[in-house]
Amino acid sequence: MKILVCITNVPDTTSKITFTDNDTRLNKNGVQFIIGPYDDYALARGVELKEQTGGTLTVLHVGEADAEPQIRKALAIGADDAIRVNAEPLDSYFTAVQIANIARQENYDLILMGRESIDYNSGVVHGLVAEMLGISSYSPVMKLDTSGNTVTIAREIDGGKEILTANLPLVLGCQEPIAEWKIPNMRGIMTARTKPLKVVEPVSVEEMTEPQHYSLPAPKGACKMIPASEAGTLIRLLQTEAKVL
Amino acid sequence: MSVLIYIELDNGSIKKTSLETVAYGAKVAAQTGGQAIVLAIGKSHSDELEKAGDFGAEKVLHASDEKLSHENSMAYADILVQAAESTQSKIIILPKSGLGDAMAARAAAKLKAGIVSGVTALPETEGGFQVTRSIFTGKAFSTVEIKSDIKILVVKKNAIELDESSVGTVKATVETFSPQLRDADFQATVVEVEKASGEVSLTEAQVIVSGGRGMKGPENWQPLVDLANALGAATGCSKPVSDLDWRPHHEHIGQTGIKVAPNLYIACGISGAIQHLAGVNGSKCIVVINKDPEAPFFKAADYGIVGDVFEILPKLTEAAKAIK
Repeated sequence: MKILVCITNVPDTTSKITFTDNDTRLNKNGVQFIIGPYDDYALARGVELKEQTGGTLTVLHVGEADAEPQIRKALAIGADDAIRVNAEPLDSYFTAVQIANIARQENYDLILMGRESIDYNSGVVHGLVAEMLGISSYSPVMKLDTSGNTVTIAREIDGGKEILTANLPLVLGCQEPIAEWKIPNMRGIMTARTKPLKVVEPVSVEEMTEPQHYSLPAPKGACKMIPASEAGTLIRLLQTEAKVL
Repeated sequence: MSVLIYIELDNGSIKKTSLETVAYGAKVAAQTGGQAIVLAIGKSHSDELEKAGDFGAEKVLHASDEKLSHENSMAYADILVQAAESTQSKIIILPKSGLGDAMAARAAAKLKAGIVSGVTALPETEGGFQVTRSIFTGKAFSTVEIKSDIKILVVKKNAIELDESSVGTVKATVETFSPQLRDADFQATVVEVEKASGEVSLTEAQVIVSGGRGMKGPENWQPLVDLANALGAATGCSKPVSDLDWRPHHEHIGQTGIKVAPNLYIACGISGAIQHLAGVNGSKCIVVINKDPEAPFFKAADYGIVGDVFEILPKLTEAAKAIK
């Protein structure tokens, strides 16, 4: 099986988010970047399936060179090779066009990624890529097993889950508990250094959206403390003061 | 120029979040001088669908077919595009959900449309079409201009205040919509659907009572469930709780779980790790009950009680029953 796993390079979930240049750019100062946590689940399951089926796994990132430590980490976890499309992604549409362009050249059986990136939270790239390739997509996938050309998927739906079977090729947006996150071992880290990382230039895309500026939410007011002995009065406050009951 | 609004159905009824989407779409239609047209897919009745009129829709297109009984983003997106073309809509609006995002994505690729997901407020339409959306899981906002001719907006819950004053007064016209269905969209076989029945769904809930490791074990959940029942609330939990299998995964609220935006979120024995806060920061009002006064969750809360959850929960349940 030929597998492609797309990863994002995003600030760690605990990062404090601030902006610079008149609120037009993310302030990367002191921010730790990681592989998107959902992408990490996709990668972990991808590596397991590659090992089970004796297939290959390519990791793809659309972004700038500062993502290379994260791409090397993906190689250390078990990807065979990597491709980086050298561009600052403008929006979901732009990213999807780049991924679809690579995918068209290579005919992957399975294209995996996280259900959403944790920076822009759009959750639309898998659907865009699949439509551009004219194939099916499912998200969020919590369980994935393959048998020949058929896959069995469990995906979350509102208030429960749905189990379905579908034929390859597919694009899947993944989330836990599809696999346990993998931590690279020493051998993986050593071999990752020499695994191929190809840098390609982006194809041109019509501009669909143009970022204007960023902003931060208004600061939260103080928390009103209620003594435990008077807990019951909370309900009245919620009804008359906060007006949420 | 029409605005096409997709609404989600639950057992034939319009979901509350989708009524918000209708109200949002109707406002956009008014701003841009167009008609608000709704698309509903799946089994329902015209006396239910005409309720979209209460929130400003003029017309509801209803596509129903036995093949459409399962959520199928491929087929649904095909129908959405056909509806957009037949109504000549240039703006398409969907509610934020797994299905809404998947349909929006497919439609955007088909129509070469600019897509913005996670929209939190009405667009600015003077001098360019600008929308603001939530990014970094609620930690910031981004304002973007959509430049394409066709524009697709996926709108978050609470993006608009729902005005229910005119409920029951205006009926939308309901028309049957018969789309072309493509076999390629139906290649998957649905083997099984597990749906928690009779429970309030987390994404739709107005009130959520949620428990963390401070609940000490799955056998201690009853007082929390009692409060939820008294308030007509849904129940949720933190990641450690679902990892320990104390509660099912579909109750897990947080960065890697479900993101919720109720009017009221009551956290019991949850310390408030940043990953959990990321799932609840869309809530209008947050109550935190924790025995540790230093729990970080208090910093994000509107009301707090320091104490033993097992003593406090019954008191709250009693007070909640008294107001009903």
